[in-house]
Amino acid sequence: MITNKTQLTGEDSKSMNSYLAPLVQQIQPSGIRKFFDLAAGSKDIISLGVGEPDFKTPWHVREACVYSLERGFTGYTSNAGMPELREGIANYLHTRFAVEYDPANQIIATVGGSEAIDLALRALITPGDEILIPEPCYISYSPITAIGGGIPVGIETIGENDFKLTAESLEAKITPRSKVLILCYPSNPTGSVMTREDWEPIAKVVEKHDLIVISDEIYAELSYGINHVSFASLPGMMDRTILVSGFSKAFAMTGWRMGYACGHPDLISAMLKIHQYTVMCAPSMGQVAALEALTNGMEEKDRMVDSYNQRRRLIVKGLRDAGLECHEPQGAFYAFPSVRKTGLTSDQFAQRLLLEYKVAAVPGSVFGLGGEGYLRCSYATSVSQLNEAVERIGAFVTQLERERME
Amino acid sequence: MKEMNELKRKVLELLKEDARTSTALLATLLGAEEEDVKTAIGQLEKDHVIVKYAAVVNWDKVDDEKVTALIEVQITPERGRGFEGIAERIYLYPQVKSVYLMSGAYDLLVEVEGRNLREVANFVSEKLSPIDSVLSTKTNFTLKKYKQDGIIFEEHEEDNRLMISP
Repeated sequence: MITNKTQLTGEDSKSMNSYLAPLVQQIQPSGIRKFFDLAAGSKDIISLGVGEPDFKTPWHVREACVYSLERGFTGYTSNAGMPELREGIANYLHTRFAVEYDPANQIIATVGGSEAIDLALRALITPGDEILIPEPCYISYSPITAIGGGIPVGIETIGENDFKLTAESLEAKITPRSKVLILCYPSNPTGSVMTREDWEPIAKVVEKHDLIVISDEIYAELSYGINHVSFASLPGMMDRTILVSGFSKAFAMTGWRMGYACGHPDLISAMLKIHQYTVMCAPSMGQVAALEALTNGMEEKDRMVDSYNQRRRLIVKGLRDAGLECHEPQGAFYAFPSVRKTGLTSDQFAQRLLLEYKVAAVPGSVFGLGGEGYLRCSYATSVSQLNEAVERIGAFVTQLERERME
Repeated sequence: MKEMNELKRKVLELLKEDARTSTALLATLLGAEEEDVKTAIGQLEKDHVIVKYAAVVNWDKVDDEKVTALIEVQITPERGRGFEGIAERIYLYPQVKSVYLMSGAYDLLVEVEGRNLREVANFVSEKLSPIDSVLSTKTNFTLKKYKQDGIIFEEHEEDNRLMISP
């Protein structure tokens, strides 16, 4: 208990750390944060560091929300979310990815996909459980696992194999304490996707070792020239998979924080307990907007995906022309070129690129095992900016070559 | 053939966004061969699908402002030619920027551009109204252009995303 107020101010403020939970104290700030601070101080920067669409939320979605507010729709919804929205999500998943969920007890609307992942982990982890995470991956999985008392176990995926998870590499990391496998395909940060053929051996390992899978499919709609295969749609995987997704990427709705989780009624029921005691329900206005997006937003979504696909081709060609090796990303909106040939670490490369050539990209090292030596470049930005960015990257690579010669 | 038609449609969409996009860039964006893009554009131009490459100008930002009026015109159609002959008589005037045959309360919607109100008014009273088939005109001056050809003139939606985000 705090008895002396002076302890809380001035030079004594450092002592507050002693109040923090050890688990939280151990968490390191995100490596992305450092680049955010560096970029914030510079001017005229082209940013390839943004993990969100450059489109605004389609107007009809915003308008539906505004209209609902005008009508006074500002109260709580049921804990799991508006029944119409859950129904909409069920229909959407059935139509798009051939997975069936009962909106009554298998779907929760959450505050972004992030909350859904947190709920899933908190519902599943007994302290000491090992959570398997293919890396490089989205920066949150490992810390959120640790906060939940689990032990994150990274599984390295490699560029030579398009950053796909293999059954062998998964099996090699399994121990009697392994409980959950977190998947994220299409992948942030690599843009890698998994086909049905890629998934089948993974599913066998999951079944053999009785794992639960949290499948983060937030980028499912952003798949280019290849159909997204939901992990839950594989034979035998439905009951042991918690499908997590949301509206941020497909419908350009990042700030709305609307996501959802679907799975076996027992798992969803456990997640709902945590959800109802923490956030109560997802914001009602966000739910209205999400329903509108699902109901009338497919055309706009297709238009945005088409545009990402065009820019994907542009950046991959541009990076290769700039002299960097770049595997073909088939999903999400990131290219993940290798900067190894320059002799710099990904952190050094990204820092110098930002400070000397005013292009912000994220070093692969922040995304975990296998990320070192790569650079995450988001192509959710305009064609003219992308053209300029790859030209600058090319000039930087040429300069680095000159430096190495000298 | 189907692939060529698909390529043409995509090329049209991109050129509508920016007519100055080079064939090399179009080819990269669409994942096509540059030669195929050139062929597609050549055919589109020859077939008059691409009629002209033009700039969309916000004249309000230029010193010599122009005045635009949308004129609703009621006419008596001509035997045998309907509205075609009279429409042609009207659209051949250089002051006339566009002519549409409309359903509803009037027949033609004529967009006329002039240096000032008087010039447009003179055109209407001296050229348009005296045409035999013209029964009536109703002139509506545009006060401000917010959007034209799908392009919003004063875009408020800036890119205010964070420089770096997860």
